[in-house]
Amino acid sequence: MVDFAGWNMPVQFSGLVDEHTAVRQRAGLFDVSHMGEIRLRGDAALANVQRLTTNNAATLEIGQAQYTAMTRQSGGIVDDLLVHRVADDDYFLVVNAGTKDKDYDWICAHLEGDAVADDESSAWAQLAIQGPLSETILARVIDVDLASIRYYRFVLTEYGGAPAMIARTGYTGEDGFEVYLAPQHAEDLADRLMDAGTADGIVPAGLGARDTLRLEAGMLLYGSDMDDARTPIEAGIGRVVKTDKGEFIGRQALLKQRASGSDDRVVGIEISGRGIPRHGYGVLTADGQPIGTVTSGTFGPTLRKGIGFACISADHAIVGTEVAVEIRGRAIPATVVETPFYRRQG
Amino acid sequence: MGEYPDTYKYSAEHEWISVDDGVGTVGITHHAQDELGDVVFVELPESGTPLARDVVFGTIESVKAVSDLYAPVAGEIVEVNEALIDAPEVVNDDPHGAGWMIRIKLDDPSSVDSLMSSADYRKHIEA
Repeated sequence: MVDFAGWNMPVQFSGLVDEHTAVRQRAGLFDVSHMGEIRLRGDAALANVQRLTTNNAATLEIGQAQYTAMTRQSGGIVDDLLVHRVADDDYFLVVNAGTKDKDYDWICAHLEGDAVADDESSAWAQLAIQGPLSETILARVIDVDLASIRYYRFVLTEYGGAPAMIARTGYTGEDGFEVYLAPQHAEDLADRLMDAGTADGIVPAGLGARDTLRLEAGMLLYGSDMDDARTPIEAGIGRVVKTDKGEFIGRQALLKQRASGSDDRVVGIEISGRGIPRHGYGVLTADGQPIGTVTSGTFGPTLRKGIGFACISADHAIVGTEVAVEIRGRAIPATVVETPFYRRQG
Repeated sequence: MGEYPDTYKYSAEHEWISVDDGVGTVGITHHAQDELGDVVFVELPESGTPLARDVVFGTIESVKAVSDLYAPVAGEIVEVNEALIDAPEVVNDDPHGAGWMIRIKLDDPSSVDSLMSSADYRKHIEA
């Protein structure tokens, strides 16, 4: 167990590779109750979400979610998050554990008009069941038509007599669900999911596997791959920046950066030989010139190679470029690659 | 599982050494591999490399961490376990046996006397 953003969390249960592989092939259960939940309500809720985030929340249908970012005037990322449209005047934001307080303060400081923001984090536990057998297993425990919940859609339901939400979202690159429910019923759901999935080989999974899974799936981690000083364009998530949707905090800076190009970019890298890139390791050109640093890295258990993200100068941030990673004093050859590194079949 | 052979000696850095006729076989303990998690790379020096006591002679890397390997005694490396290049997970499966890493010809056979017995090592990891 380790301290993760003030929460006592397991790094692993049966073993990182075991858990990672189980999620890719069968199912894994994660307790992700540490995540933060902030609700915006009121006639001006959408207007505030639009002003606070970079993606276009106006395109969301009720029961639909989107990945987005909150940015500063500078374009720097306050946090990356999911916005769920619960109703026309009700938006449920799921944010990172370590930034939840910062996010809530930021939202409150910028709220305008007829809208209120509530920090509901302590009212919600969250369990993520991820892997190809997720739907089969969850269906044995929850009486909801899961097959009809499309990717990045959610439904409101109840569990243990209290409100619950089931979203087809996740941080692993596999099919799966994130279930939001009352904390007092979370252990019960977890136990029932483990029982219901035993025959199918469900395993409990910890932070270690969560990190290797998300990395292989090309997903970024706030705090490692991006922070207040990095824009979504630099971070490689420019796809969530919709400057045409209307005014939002940071829009001017991002428009400018889009027009003139950024100096640095976060890209995927793959080690050509033997070695694991890790946060902070230097990245060099093939002939030894420093061009950036690794922002996160690991040994991908499914891919069986060293992979990671690195923030490097834009000239070299082109897929196919040969670079090198400084690992314990030696320049180990690597290549800039497309992400995700792994894509699930079907 | 938690068996620490009585014939081995143990270092504070969680290595074990088993001496036979002036040559010590060295590896990491069960406790060390358990803490590390799934081992994916082991970097070892070449045969013939002289080692001073307590120097870093290599590294062992799991998915989540890198650890240095420390020489428990001074001597010259006479053999390296090449099998660990392609099968590093053997360190997790059999840390006290097939997961051995190097064999050292000891400069001084009595240099192991100051290392811990299995009983002392068990206390060390429980502390």
